[in-house]
Amino acid sequence: MTEVVDTNRDLEAGLDALELGPQEARTPWWQRALSSGLPPVVALLVLYAIWQLVVSTQHPNNLPSPAAVGNELQDQWNKGRIQEAVRNSLVHGVFGFLISAAVGTPLGVLLARVLILRRALRPLITGLQSLPSVVWVPASILWFGLSAKTLFFVVLMGAIPSIVNGTISGIDQVPPLYLRVGHVLGARGLTLARHVLLPAALPGYLSGLKQGWAFSWRSLMAAELIASSGSLGLGQLIEDARNLSSFEGVIVGIFAILVVGIAVDLLFFAPLERTVLRRRGLLTH
Amino acid sequence: MTVLDSLRRHRIPDTPGMTDAAVVVDGITKRFGRGPLILDDVSLTVAPGEFLCILGASGCGKSTLLNLVAGLEPPTAGSVQVPGHRPSLMFQEPALYPWLTASENVELALKLRGVGKAERREEGKRLLSLVRLEGAGQKRPHELSGGMRQRVAMARALAQDSKVLLMDEPFAALDAITRDVLHDELTRIREEVGATVLFVTHNVREAVRLGDRVILLSSRPGRVANEFTVDIAQPRRIESPEVAALSVEITEHLRAEIRRHARASS
Repeated sequence: MTEVVDTNRDLEAGLDALELGPQEARTPWWQRALSSGLPPVVALLVLYAIWQLVVSTQHPNNLPSPAAVGNELQDQWNKGRIQEAVRNSLVHGVFGFLISAAVGTPLGVLLARVLILRRALRPLITGLQSLPSVVWVPASILWFGLSAKTLFFVVLMGAIPSIVNGTISGIDQVPPLYLRVGHVLGARGLTLARHVLLPAALPGYLSGLKQGWAFSWRSLMAAELIASSGSLGLGQLIEDARNLSSFEGVIVGIFAILVVGIAVDLLFFAPLERTVLRRRGLLTH
Repeated sequence: MTVLDSLRRHRIPDTPGMTDAAVVVDGITKRFGRGPLILDDVSLTVAPGEFLCILGASGCGKSTLLNLVAGLEPPTAGSVQVPGHRPSLMFQEPALYPWLTASENVELALKLRGVGKAERREEGKRLLSLVRLEGAGQKRPHELSGGMRQRVAMARALAQDSKVLLMDEPFAALDAITRDVLHDELTRIREEVGATVLFVTHNVREAVRLGDRVILLSSRPGRVANEFTVDIAQPRRIESPEVAALSVEITEHLRAEIRRHARASS
């Protein structure tokens, strides 16, 4: 018996080593930064060149040149308007998003697990998700007047349905075998949800949250464009520029909205998603 | 405490004189809804420490039978008694949780059993070294080979500390050499922990390599068609002449069972 066991130990070690293969050397950080950072920089340069080209061939009043927009940006920055607008919009957007997540997540779990609720409410939620949230602005103004409440209401109506749907599809994609194993191990009800269902649903839930943020942000911008509440936001920055017939100012506003959207994804959602997927071996590169 | 109590109630055998059996399946019949009969009056008894293989072609209801014994499905008629602990169950897929490391997977089973934190770590280590994966505790499932994952799944099943281990074709998806090694491992571990094993397979040689006894099920519906005692000393080799001889005999019976269906359908 011991003889069999000992030869098996070697055999097993050999099999494990063969199956796992040699450890791949990690590429140095600067190489990774270059290979992931270079393509977007090149794309931006190309876009810049096209812009410059269009400006130099078109009538100059139609489209401001990159230099004019740059000047306007510097001017606004020096006045502190950009910083103030970004700060206010981010505060509204992030708060709205957090409230949406706090409401949407339990609602999503409930709809995913209770069949009768899902049948009753899922079509409505999906309908609300495809409803452009800008249509809520007039109603919201009538209810809440020109205040921060109006902004939050529009953000919530935009983001909650998307987070609910993301949560539901995250839970739907959990392999049934995981739940059966949980059952065999003795997990039921809330214990099963905490140790099996929710962690298993995390990747789908995260992409739901990410989409929820996108909906929050664009709903907020729509609301800010129409309903100028007391504080200066990015949407209002654009609206102010339009009132002054400043094309440069409008473009500066659009850029700022774009940059904030990219920055939130790059600094928050992308690393979070990458970490979760890599841990589970769902990321190959 | 109430959950444990209700489980205990479920476990207490109600047939006097059967207390010495590890698993008693008594006249089990199963159909899903209005569907066809899957299992028809199946009875079997597994003695404590026995390794019983259940062998059958597709559609014999092997997996259903294991699910009934595991308590995942209620029988349509008949009863299942598993005195002592709730049985643990291993599937063809390792079904490890990808968000946990190997040792966390094992420790989750301990946690759900109510084992304290400090003890969990110790016990988890011991179980991983029992399946010879002492160095792989911090690895995540996707970093392990198929055979290693199935060994972690075995450690997790053992973590339930049940005396009865149900196995649903756990090695069917592995390559032949890895399967061979895991057969040896299972034989060794079974001896070490003294578990009762109910092992379902469609592989005749595997059944003879592992089992003390082999029960042949007929298909559609599943009935006990035949029973064989394997009187070969462990550890056996799957390629040994004794294993081969008995395998040939059982295969004949299995083929006869399958042929019956050709006659029935023509």
